[in-house]
Amino acid sequence: MALLTFSESGIYCAKADFYIDPWRPVKRALITHAHADHSRYGMQQYLAHHHSVPVMKLRLGDISVEGIEYGEVIQIKGIDVSFHPAGHAPGSAQIRVADGSEIWVVSGDYKLVNDGLSAAFEPVSCTHFVTESTFGLPVFKWQEQEIVQQSINDWWATNKANGLNSVILGYSFGKAQRLMQMLNPEIGEIFLHGAIANTNEALESVGYSFPENERVTREIDKTRYKGAMIVAPPSALGSPWLRQFKPYQVGSASGWMALRGARRRRNVDRGFVLSDHADWDELNTAVAATGAEHIYVTHGYSTVFSKWLNSQGFKAQVVETEFEGELQEIGEAKSKEIETE
Amino acid sequence: MKHFAALINALDSTTKTNEKLAALVRYLEVATPGDSLWAVALLTGKRPRRPVNTRLMREWAAELSGLPNWLFEESYFIVGDLAETVALVLPPAPDLQERSFTQRMEELGKLRKMEETAVKEYIQNAWMEMDRSERFVFNKLITGGFRIGVSQKLMVRALAKHLDVDENILAHRLMGDWSPTGQTFDELLLTEDPGDMRSKPYPFYLAYPLEQNPEELGPIEQWQVEWKWDGIRGQLIRRKAETYVWSRGEELVTDQYPELIELGSALPIDCVIDGEIMAFAKGRPLPFSALQKRLGRKTLSKAVLQASPVKLIAYDLLELEGRDLRETPLAERRNLLEKLIKDAPTDLLLLSTEVNATSWSELAAIREKSREKLAEGLMLKRRTSTYKVGRKRGDWWKWKVDPLAIDAVMIYAMRGHGRRANLYTDYTFAVWDGGELVPFAKAYSGLTDKEITEVDRYVKKNTIERFGPVRSVKPELVFEIGFEGIAESSRHKSGIALRFPRILRWRKDKPIDEANSLDDLKSMLNQFNAGGNATDSTQ
Repeated sequence: MALLTFSESGIYCAKADFYIDPWRPVKRALITHAHADHSRYGMQQYLAHHHSVPVMKLRLGDISVEGIEYGEVIQIKGIDVSFHPAGHAPGSAQIRVADGSEIWVVSGDYKLVNDGLSAAFEPVSCTHFVTESTFGLPVFKWQEQEIVQQSINDWWATNKANGLNSVILGYSFGKAQRLMQMLNPEIGEIFLHGAIANTNEALESVGYSFPENERVTREIDKTRYKGAMIVAPPSALGSPWLRQFKPYQVGSASGWMALRGARRRRNVDRGFVLSDHADWDELNTAVAATGAEHIYVTHGYSTVFSKWLNSQGFKAQVVETEFEGELQEIGEAKSKEIETE
Repeated sequence: MKHFAALINALDSTTKTNEKLAALVRYLEVATPGDSLWAVALLTGKRPRRPVNTRLMREWAAELSGLPNWLFEESYFIVGDLAETVALVLPPAPDLQERSFTQRMEELGKLRKMEETAVKEYIQNAWMEMDRSERFVFNKLITGGFRIGVSQKLMVRALAKHLDVDENILAHRLMGDWSPTGQTFDELLLTEDPGDMRSKPYPFYLAYPLEQNPEELGPIEQWQVEWKWDGIRGQLIRRKAETYVWSRGEELVTDQYPELIELGSALPIDCVIDGEIMAFAKGRPLPFSALQKRLGRKTLSKAVLQASPVKLIAYDLLELEGRDLRETPLAERRNLLEKLIKDAPTDLLLLSTEVNATSWSELAAIREKSREKLAEGLMLKRRTSTYKVGRKRGDWWKWKVDPLAIDAVMIYAMRGHGRRANLYTDYTFAVWDGGELVPFAKAYSGLTDKEITEVDRYVKKNTIERFGPVRSVKPELVFEIGFEGIAESSRHKSGIALRFPRILRWRKDKPIDEANSLDDLKSMLNQFNAGGNATDSTQ
């Protein structure tokens, strides 16, 4: 029997009796990162990178969770387990599970580009690699972060010059912090939705720091929003909460913004192509760098990507999971990202 | 071409008319007159013939990107737009080269006469000289159809603002079948008498659907009421012994209607008539499906001409002996029209008779009988109204009857295009025939975005089989389908064809066994065909 199997509850290691990112309640869960579709309620015990811990506690409440360092090898019932940077969000990890020469890496969500916020992705050699495929089509090719950064700041400055406030949408954990450090504070003040401010506080407790900002509250004098940038989670779009920032332009930062169809359907004034997931080239690079022969393709364009990998000499197969990638950012996710205020 | 690419990008990234208008004006200010002329032509739907076969385009893009064809096709399927897919998959251009929009259009114009290998070389080289947004626009120039929400009217507004010329005058100058290579921008838009004006139609005045209670329109005597015929709105022009027929889509369709050429020759004086082209047989109007058999045919056989000969039901008179009557009140135009028809020795020209009623409630009762007359409802026109340009509120209203409706089961779904490229938005509906569900109509509008998302999820979870872009789904969802007409059809498995089918609402309350049957549709068909006793009201 393989070291890891794909069960109804999640990715399972029978020898050590633990699950990775399970979607049903189990005894022991190893968590790649703190996003809602990977880190769910109801596990008796959680293990995650120690930067994930405060965010998980914020979102899941009083859970029993242990933290671990990148590269630290622990043994669970004789099986070697270690966490390695996935570059997706603060604390995000690929989980390596080894039993002798059989080595599995479950990458969760990942990207190869170093965004300056999360620990940069490190390729991990293995024999079996579990990869996402959120953007596993050759139409997805990201521009360099600096170019996107420039266009976001230009947009903000133009809005300000036109007497408009700017609202930018991104996940409250990961994307929002990445956006914040891309913003040029010389243009104006930065305000945060409560869910993002809370996440920042959690991250600050483990040493992260962010540019000067203020949480949006009822007490704030509305005139201060004039020309400001408001960072909000995707769910804010169309909510009454947004009205207080009128007149505003709203931008969305997501990999999906690469497609005209998705951009127009999302109905924002501006789409910025910025993703915390690997693009087509990154996926291919990551898969090749593992040296793995067996590739398991999870959430995303899994059928296409797996067929492509097979044509490139890998033994790839599609695995059904309940992970969702970036769907939240276009309002299509089934799981609700937890926006604690 | 970067200015034009920026224009398309700007138009594409907003849904606000004012922002689109501003983008158009900005473009007209920076573009050369030649480029502007091409932009006006393309954005008002005047597109040269497709210079490259799209199948070849796909292969060349796949080759240049190092992708197998199947992977390119999968990507195209997901993106839903060929021009965009090609722009996205190609490797980045090593160095960008700027060529004028006019030059690109001229080059594209020559491709049809070139060998395939030369065309391939040209297209692949061109791609590698452009950035993504320019590539997308370039590809759209080949595949056609920008779908960026620029109407002819909006283009006219932008030109009027830019040139400081009256909108109506510009709308008139833009009509007809001019081509961007036939004259300069100034000749087309700034010449007082731009060449031969003989065939130029007037922009059609279009009515909005009546939104309020008709009582609010004031005394019924102030309104001229006519049937709203279900044919083809057209403009017949008789000037200097020549006849021209224009459809509402601004197409010159004279050749498709030899009867109307005959009609034109019978007219005693020069004039321009706005009317409805309708098929007639034995003095009775025929359903739209009879006329449909003639549409889009290059040559009309004797049999077709005999089966559904057309006449013109005249609504309005726009020009008489060279005099533009559009500013003349409707009542006066009507008198002139009646006199003209009386003096014309032909039975091909009929007057759209007034529907008389002494009260709005009486009229409402008459309206219920529209379908029996083969009409779509009533037209209400203020007797003092001038003939305006385009769709305007206030003086003209269309008061249509409610659509026919039937409850049907969704059995297939297909992905949408453009804005809805990765959602299942186009559905095929079926009705019961014995114990079997028979498909009878496709519809892709009528649901809210939220409902579409919900149906999309259903489709993805309940797929039975996939046939290329189409999925068959578990029959479970029932929708009320509205339509304007129904006709027999040998091309459809169900034996019937609907006119303007669309989703009226999602019947979440109905289980599938309560959907309608093919017999229900057939009895509607019989009712529909039994109509047509409308001669009394048209002659």
